[in-house]
Amino acid sequence: MSIELVDVHKSFGAKKVLRGITLEVGRGETLSVIGFSGAGKSTILKHVVGLLRPDRGTVSVDGKEVPKLSRPDLYELRRSIGYVFQFAALFDSMTIFDNIAMGLRKQGGFSEAQIRERVADSLTRVDLEGYEARFPSELSGGQKKRAGLARAIAFRPRYLLYDEPTSGLDPVTTTTIDALIRKMQADLGTTSLVITHDMESAFRISDRIAMLYEGRVVEEGTPDEIRRSENPIVRGFVEGKPELIEETEVAMTRRPEPHGSSHRGG
Amino acid sequence: MNWIRPFAFVGREVLRVLERLGLFGRFSVDSAVALTGVTTWGPLLVLQMRRLGVDSLPIALFIAAFTGIVMALQASYTLTGAVPLYFVGTLVGKTMILELGPVLTGLALSGRVGANIAAELGTMRVSEQIDALETMAYDPMAYLVVPRVLSGIFMFPIVVAFANLIGIIAGWITAINLLDMSTAEFIKGLRLFYVPFDITYSLIKSASFGLVVTLMGCFQGFTTTGGAEGVGISTTRAVVIASMLILVLDAFWAAVLLR
Repeated sequence: MSIELVDVHKSFGAKKVLRGITLEVGRGETLSVIGFSGAGKSTILKHVVGLLRPDRGTVSVDGKEVPKLSRPDLYELRRSIGYVFQFAALFDSMTIFDNIAMGLRKQGGFSEAQIRERVADSLTRVDLEGYEARFPSELSGGQKKRAGLARAIAFRPRYLLYDEPTSGLDPVTTTTIDALIRKMQADLGTTSLVITHDMESAFRISDRIAMLYEGRVVEEGTPDEIRRSENPIVRGFVEGKPELIEETEVAMTRRPEPHGSSHRGG
Repeated sequence: MNWIRPFAFVGREVLRVLERLGLFGRFSVDSAVALTGVTTWGPLLVLQMRRLGVDSLPIALFIAAFTGIVMALQASYTLTGAVPLYFVGTLVGKTMILELGPVLTGLALSGRVGANIAAELGTMRVSEQIDALETMAYDPMAYLVVPRVLSGIFMFPIVVAFANLIGIIAGWITAINLLDMSTAEFIKGLRLFYVPFDITYSLIKSASFGLVVTLMGCFQGFTTTGGAEGVGISTTRAVVIASMLILVLDAFWAAVLLR
């Protein structure tokens, strides 16, 4: 059970977003992908769940190549993946109960009583017990994120994909969400791929961290290895020093661009 | 070179239109394929029929009533002294059933229904709700598009049938109150050139209008990009293109079925 991307390229028109990403998330592991806004981090998640197809390279989940799956097989695979969206993506015409119950109904095999029980349990796990009858518009940003997480974990997925789970949240809510992510991994044993640009959060929740820059992985390692990294791009990002990154960019423009390879360190 | 610019612009625009046409073609085929997902769209059909059809009745009937009044008065004004007055009934009936009932209702509903669908689905697209549906193993075409398009095809003819009826009743009330006509004269005129095919023609046209209004609304919503501005652009496009298609289809059905 793992997620694997090998030499994945993706362009939108003339814009090359991914330029040869290679990543692997092992069973029960939490890997965070860090990088600047607009670096293509969310694009990685959309490839994993089959919302996007790579121009080149392979994306596998559970050993199955996602772009090659038939529609029924893709839907079958998606039943094992929970996706937490950056802005929660709750269905605003439905109550929180219906938002969470939708996935369970699609899974099948649950009676209405079991669905009610599972929804209540999922909401309790994210500290939102009793919010079933509320609509998304009645929740704060942090509550929406937690409701989105409850929706993603309701059907006990084997994989959890988090897209910027703590962006735009206050420090206290951020810590709460981080604790929830760790709790999900401990309780449910899920394999998690987290997209974030919040370094503190990445250090707290990750088993490994990969740094994405200019469409490639420029460094990969444990949180301690990333902290101690000598890579100027990683240091510039982690320490918030743009001058280090600018110096590297200048140096890179003087060298020819490598083709189809990712830089992996750590 | 400056003289190339206009040609480059035209070329780019032609390519853009062709790309959108291709996308629309693929979207239409995907919608047809999604018809197989009955368990997904079936439970949503009645809700959409109410939202798109029943809730549209007030505006459709309002337009039809005033159209009927104006038709009766204008027919009387045109025919005075030359043609027997009972032809007012003929003109009101024929024009409402063959043309004004379906077309005016279609145009009004392209504003109400088409804009509503494009704005709703466009907002769902830019807020990743459609992606969320997909990740939960729902086919968004079966869940969002099929129930809306089928509701349009089923409900537009029903709304138009009521609009035709109300338009004729409004014309009749106008005729007997303002035009010095009797009910018998109005009905005589109404039956004069009536053929049952008129109703069939009216309903076929209405169903096709329902198809283009809902399908175009769904397509524009699904292909929305950006934020609030993108939703606004999609909504405008849905109404404008559907209105144009209604008029094109109107001419098409006249050429195909009335010759």
